[in-house]
Amino acid sequence: MAYLVLIGTRKGLFTATSDDRVHWSVDGPAKLDADGFTAVAEIFAAACDPATGRILVGASTFFGPSIWRSDDHGNTWDEPVNAPMEFPQDLPYRPLDYSDTAGIDQPDATDTNTVKKIWQLTFGPGDRVWAGVEPTSLWTSDDSGRTFTFNQALWDHPQHTTWASGGAGPAVHTIVTHPDDPDALTIAISSGGIYQTHDDGRTWHGITKGITVDYGPDTTPESGQCIHKVTRDADGTLYAQSHGPAYRATRPDGGWTDISATLPTKFGFAIVAHPTEPGNITAWPVGESMDRTPPDHRIAPWRTTDRGETWTPWNDGLPDEDYYGTVMRDGACTDHAPGNPGWYFGTRCGDVWAADDGGTWHQVAAHLPDVLCVRAMEAP
Amino acid sequence: MTTDVKIPAALASECDGARHLTVDLDEHATLADLLDAIARTHPRLARRLRDESGKLRRYVNIYIGDDESRRLQGLDTPLDNREIQILPSIAGG
Repeated sequence: MAYLVLIGTRKGLFTATSDDRVHWSVDGPAKLDADGFTAVAEIFAAACDPATGRILVGASTFFGPSIWRSDDHGNTWDEPVNAPMEFPQDLPYRPLDYSDTAGIDQPDATDTNTVKKIWQLTFGPGDRVWAGVEPTSLWTSDDSGRTFTFNQALWDHPQHTTWASGGAGPAVHTIVTHPDDPDALTIAISSGGIYQTHDDGRTWHGITKGITVDYGPDTTPESGQCIHKVTRDADGTLYAQSHGPAYRATRPDGGWTDISATLPTKFGFAIVAHPTEPGNITAWPVGESMDRTPPDHRIAPWRTTDRGETWTPWNDGLPDEDYYGTVMRDGACTDHAPGNPGWYFGTRCGDVWAADDGGTWHQVAAHLPDVLCVRAMEAP
Repeated sequence: MTTDVKIPAALASECDGARHLTVDLDEHATLADLLDAIARTHPRLARRLRDESGKLRRYVNIYIGDDESRRLQGLDTPLDNREIQILPSIAGG
């Protein structure tokens, strides 16, 4: 069995293949479109489905955002003729930045909402695909990502007035599925919070209470927190990396437990759960405040196997000299390979590494454009 | 009137490789009318040029004669039998 890694960067999509996760062949930037302008597109979202081999890529191009699909492991690409998603034009405008109260409806504005960026693509059962989009919105497809329906209920959530624009823009950037309940979904918004639905998106309730902030007047708000990433472990426990600490919640409506005590910093973006071992979580801490680089300038993920009580660096094979490239929120993943899941991450220095479960890191690629997302799967 | 639209290489595949498009329009047609007509025959080309609100995308410039449409009346600019050229800005370092 071979492994395929999708590497979304600031300038295009790269792919890497290997038979052993040690020796890699890298190709790209991919020309998803026939004219080749996607080779310089920002690729914030990629998704791959090991069950079907299908790949979806969300690209932000000179000619707007769109979604490309491959059913042959990235050898050929297809894009819908019509826009896969278009914002309803009868909604009040919600500004994207602080120039006019970000996130607050502006019913008298002449501007209307448009899809700015596709942040997350997640496969569901059958032909279901979810998309997280900027401005803050969730979209659903039941035709494998060709057409999407806008989720009005989340847009209308009363807490939307507490949502704002993080450094990367206001977006639904995380979509976590439930393995046994296709109607259940957990999403995260930066900044905004964490929300769940148990009825396929018809209603949403916030579960962010208990996640603290140190950058606002209210340190314990109900919503509005800057959530960087959420992951779900094998027994259903949620783990969140916030702008401040990392947290764990077995019952989110009962509160969150700070699990950052033995991490080198509280801050970070990427956090990924082991696909089969409960309590086994890998995080990529980032220096806080004015040092948004790896802690002590050493690139390394940190891993816990006891639900966040203790963390240790997982750095065998990684550089031992100063390193300043951070791992962004979707810059790390597992390939979910049964028995020996592989792990992958890429940095804003354009370096990508891979490892067997708990093993030595091997370089997949170096000196690429800065890495925005990494996804991987087994491929024949 | 028959309007000739020059297509940039970066979008040529949307016209089967052709570098121009011929569009029949009303005598008093505006740029918006032209783009609406393109949307009916070449929907993917049209969404490369305008977002769902109808505005020209940031990196898309459309020249009407010698002037870029934003310096004229924007989408309301009458075409007046002038040559149309789509000229995208390819930006970024």
